[in-house]
Formats: sequence, C-alpha cells, structure tokens
Amino acid sequence: MATVDLKDVCKVYAGGVEAVKGVSIAIPDKALCVLVGPSGCGKSTLLRMIAGLETISAGSCAIDGKVVNTIGPTERDIAMVFQNYALYPHMKVYDNMAYGLRNRGTPKDEIDARVRSTAKTLELEHLLERRPRELSGGQRQRVAMGRAIVRNPKVFLFDEPLSNLDAKLRGQMRVEIKNLQRSLGVTSVYVTHDQLEAMTLADILVVMNAGLVEQSGSPLDIYEKPASTFVASFIGAPPMNLLPLRSGHLEGAVTLPPVPASASTLGFRPEDCEIRTEGADAVADGALRLLVEVEGVEPVGAESFVYCRVGGERMVVRVPGRVEIKPGDQLRTYARQEKLHFFGSDGKRV
Amino acid sequence: MSPRVVFPNTFLPYLLVAPQLAITLVFFYWPASQALYQSMLREDPFGLSSRFVWFANFRKVLSDPNYLNSIEVTMVFSTATAAVALSTALLLAVMADKVVRSRAIYRTLMIWPYAVAPAIAGMLWLFLFNPSIGSLAYGMRWLGINWDPLLDGRQAMVLVVAAAAWKQISYNFLFFVAGLQAIPKSLIEAAAIDGAGETKRFWTIVFPLLAPTTFFLLVINTVYAFFDTFGIIHAVTGGGPGKATETLVYKVYNDGFVNLILGDSAAQSVILMVIVIALTAIQFRYVERKVHYG
Repeated sequence: MATVDLKDVCKVYAGGVEAVKGVSIAIPDKALCVLVGPSGCGKSTLLRMIAGLETISAGSCAIDGKVVNTIGPTERDIAMVFQNYALYPHMKVYDNMAYGLRNRGTPKDEIDARVRSTAKTLELEHLLERRPRELSGGQRQRVAMGRAIVRNPKVFLFDEPLSNLDAKLRGQMRVEIKNLQRSLGVTSVYVTHDQLEAMTLADILVVMNAGLVEQSGSPLDIYEKPASTFVASFIGAPPMNLLPLRSGHLEGAVTLPPVPASASTLGFRPEDCEIRTEGADAVADGALRLLVEVEGVEPVGAESFVYCRVGGERMVVRVPGRVEIKPGDQLRTYARQEKLHFFGSDGKRV
Repeated sequence: MSPRVVFPNTFLPYLLVAPQLAITLVFFYWPASQALYQSMLREDPFGLSSRFVWFANFRKVLSDPNYLNSIEVTMVFSTATAAVALSTALLLAVMADKVVRSRAIYRTLMIWPYAVAPAIAGMLWLFLFNPSIGSLAYGMRWLGINWDPLLDGRQAMVLVVAAAAWKQISYNFLFFVAGLQAIPKSLIEAAAIDGAGETKRFWTIVFPLLAPTTFFLLVINTVYAFFDTFGIIHAVTGGGPGKATETLVYKVYNDGFVNLILGDSAAQSVILMVIVIALTAIQFRYVERKVHYG
C-alpha cells in the first residue's frame, strides 16, 4: 500500500506543447483520487506520467515516498486499466491475468491460486478459458480489472475504464469499482471526463483545466464551494447557473442581496432555486428574486428541469416532481442568500 | 452478409463474366492442358515425330538423380530465401517502428528495392560479387575469404539466396510495418506495466500478434522463391556451378529450351503446377482461419 505524491509535475511535448503545467497532488494511502476535466486538460497525460508511460518534463512523482521519475513502468509496481481494456487478444483470460505474475517469476501454484481467487471475486471463473474476443464489453472490463487486481500492486491507475460501456452497466461497474477499491485498500488514481462518475467515486476529487489543477478536495466540498466559474460549470448536472453582474446590478433581478464589490458573476445551483407563484413574501429577506421567462420544460420523472431566460441570459431551475408550466410563462424565482456564489472578473471565487 | 444480386435472366451474368472466362481459358487452361498433354509425349531427337508414352516421362524425371538434386536445391534455396527475407524484414520493420524523425523517408528508402526487376537485381549482385570485377568480392578476398562463386557451389547458393532475399525484403518490410502499426499501442504499454521487458514484449505480444502477417508472407515468399527467382538465378549463376543452384523452375527452362527435351520439361512443369496448387490450398485454408485473432 502506498501514497502518491506529485510535486510541480510538468509535461512539455517535443513540439513545445505544454500538456501539464505544474501539478501538485498528494494522495494518501488507500485513497481513491479522481482526476476530472474536459478533453485535453492533461488528466490522461498526468496519469500516464504516474504510470511511467510518459516522461516527466519537470517536477517529481513519488510512489510510497520514493521518487520514480527515472524508473520505468515495469519497476513501479503499479497496475493500469486502459480505456480500451488492452487485453492480449491471443491469450486466454487465464493467461491474460497470469501474464504479469509470470513476468515477475511468481511460482506456478501461486499464480494459479491468485488467478482463480481473483476470478472468483470478479465472477469470471467460467470465462477463464475464453479469449477476449469471445467476451462482451462488460466481461472484458472485468478481465481488465482482474488483470490489475491479481498482481496486488501498490497503485491502481484507471484511464476512463467505463467509457466504453452502456449507461446501465457503467452504473453497476462504478459501484463495483468503488467497493473493490475499498475492500482491497489500494491507492488509486482514476481519470474520467464524466463528472457524475467523478463525484460518486472520489475520496479526493481533482478538477483539471488546461494543464492546471482548478480545485481539489472532497467531492461535496467542491460541489458546495466551487473555487472558480470553471469548476462551478463543470461539476453538477445541470451545471450551476452563472449570471453576469454589471457594476453590482443584475438584469432581470427584482431584488438582489448585497454583492461583494469585486464580484462580476453570480452563481446558484439549479436545485437551490425555487419557483413560487404565490406567497412570495414568505421568502426570507435578502433572497435573490428574479423575473424569468420560461423557454422550455424537461420532465424526467422524479424531477423537472425548467429552462428560463433572465435578462439576456439562460438559466435552469430544478423542480421536484412535475410542474404545470408552459413555455412563454412569466415566473418569479427565488434563491436564498446563503446559496449564492460570487466570482470575480478572473473567474475565481470571491 | 450483403444480399446477393439476382439477375432475372441467365444470359446476362454469363455475358458479364465471359471476358474473364475467356482470358482464363486462353492463358491458363489451354497452356496447362497443353503441358499436361505434352508431358505424356516423347519426341525423337530431331523433333520430327512424337509418340504417346503415358506416365513414362514422369517416371523418368522422378528417378533422375539430377531432378532429385534439383528438388533438394529448391528446398535449400527457398527455405533460406524465405528465412533470410522474413527475418531481415522483421528486424528492419521493428527498427523502423522506433524511428521518430523522418520516418517516411526511411520507409520509402526501404521499399525502393522492390521496384528493381529480378534480372537487374541479379546483375547488381553479380557485379558486386563477381570474383574478377566485383568490388565487394575484392574486399572479401582482402579479408582472407576464398570467394569464388563461379567454382564453389555453396558460395553460389549464398549469392543467389542473398540476391533473391534482398529483392523480397522490401515487400515483407511493407507488410510487417503495416502489421506492427495494427497492434494497439496500449497492448505494448499494458505489457510494460505487466513487467515484461522489451525483448519479452516482442516475443510474447508483438510476435504472436504478427503471426497472421508472418504466415501470409511465408506462403508468399515460398511461392516467390519457387517461381519468381528464375531471373535472378539466370543472371547470377545460370544454375551452376555444376547444378548447385539449379532450382525446379530453372531446370524446366534448361531441359525444355536449352536441351530441348520437351516431354521431360512438360512433366516437370506439371509437377510444379501440383506444388503451386498445394501451396495455394494451404494459404486459403490456414491464412483465412487458423492464424487469426480478430
């Protein structure tokens, strides 16, 4: 079991492209750290640098307190689950799982015992004699997991392992990965662009953008206190509503609570916003009151999303259950003062 | 499977395939049947009369020590040519795969020799290694090697194998490069993380995944060494010294067009035809199915 420490890690490619621009993350033992961000934010590059598949241009990467910058992937004692699973197509499932152990000279009996017990955990026993092409996507995913687990490495690395599965299977595997990781107690780094996956899996969530860490911390902290407009709009589905403030005024606002002087953007989560048609005065003082025009309604069963326009901006309100609202309706919406977020002109939280 | 096109009448489809059928009939079946017929004829020394002798020519050819020698020469020649051409091409392709800069130029240069005609390739090697005028032969003698392929059958064989393999390396290289590119990079990375060193990765991952390509090339190279190396042998050694480099195809030519023993020559070409059919059958049977991972 191990810790992973990244200090000012940079990656500059041969062409001069800076993929990672100085990232520091400390992952404690047994924690699951999720790197999340849009495509091209450097999260996969960072993972590959931890794996040793990419060289580290500057900074240091330490596994279990030992700097591994110059050590190849073979000696780092890590296991990686690839997006396309990277199963060896010419080997049976058994051999796929045994390959890493054989390369490390593990005795035959032990290999057999470990492969079979891992297969049991993952319910792969009946598939051991099959080749990868005879398996379904979900089964391949399990074999890839099995290949990582059977080695009992210091660190697991996951590179978008669920992105090739359908939505239902993805949900199942997400829970399973979390349980496995917890029961095995192996420090893990998990890369994804799916914010839901990131929120549900992470002990530590790291939001990346353009080669830099935008924010890191526990998923709920990040959700409740996003450090920037980028994080606010990336975490949460639908994302936070962000409305521009012009010298302390908001277009379409009926009442606006006191605004910090340096704030240029006001944000609130769709679920922190209420629609009330009567009893408007019952809303606590100091709340944000907006006059909005409905553009569309999306009922998804347990809740409904009401898309509105305020001033020239779009926003969305999340309402439990069903609502009798039609496009074109004029509505009043409210958001409590303590649920408001303010961001400066540089996008940072005020 | 895409649905089959069904023509309403029977005449049109036959009309459409007629040109292909005509070409096959005129240029393949007709000469082949002529060869089959001729292989059972025996001519008098002056070519004035011939008589039908059934399988006597085959019996004669197969019991001829010169023919058995030719079979042995062909086996040695084609095995060596295929082995040298395949292993060198694989080595070069693996190396080329590692080249980062000016990859395209490197590859283009590697493919060039394929554009050289066999006879020209033969001449090239002949000039380089001719004991009296060859520049490399001069160098070899200087190194103390008693180089004389005109007298030493073994050296003559080495020379024709080198020339024939050299010509085929480009072709194999092209296929190996494509084969290597088709192997997902993540497999190699996964193997590296799984603790396999570079050599181990090659033999346990890359080489098995190249097996379909290798097997395909093995068949192609064998067919090439059997049938398409006439030009090289003709230019470099003329089958000599003695009969040290006289392959089956070269013997067909020699017996038929030089010695004018048409019956024997035809019988030999029929035997060759059987070998080609067998090789093609193997190719279809195994290349399509056995060595494929999908």
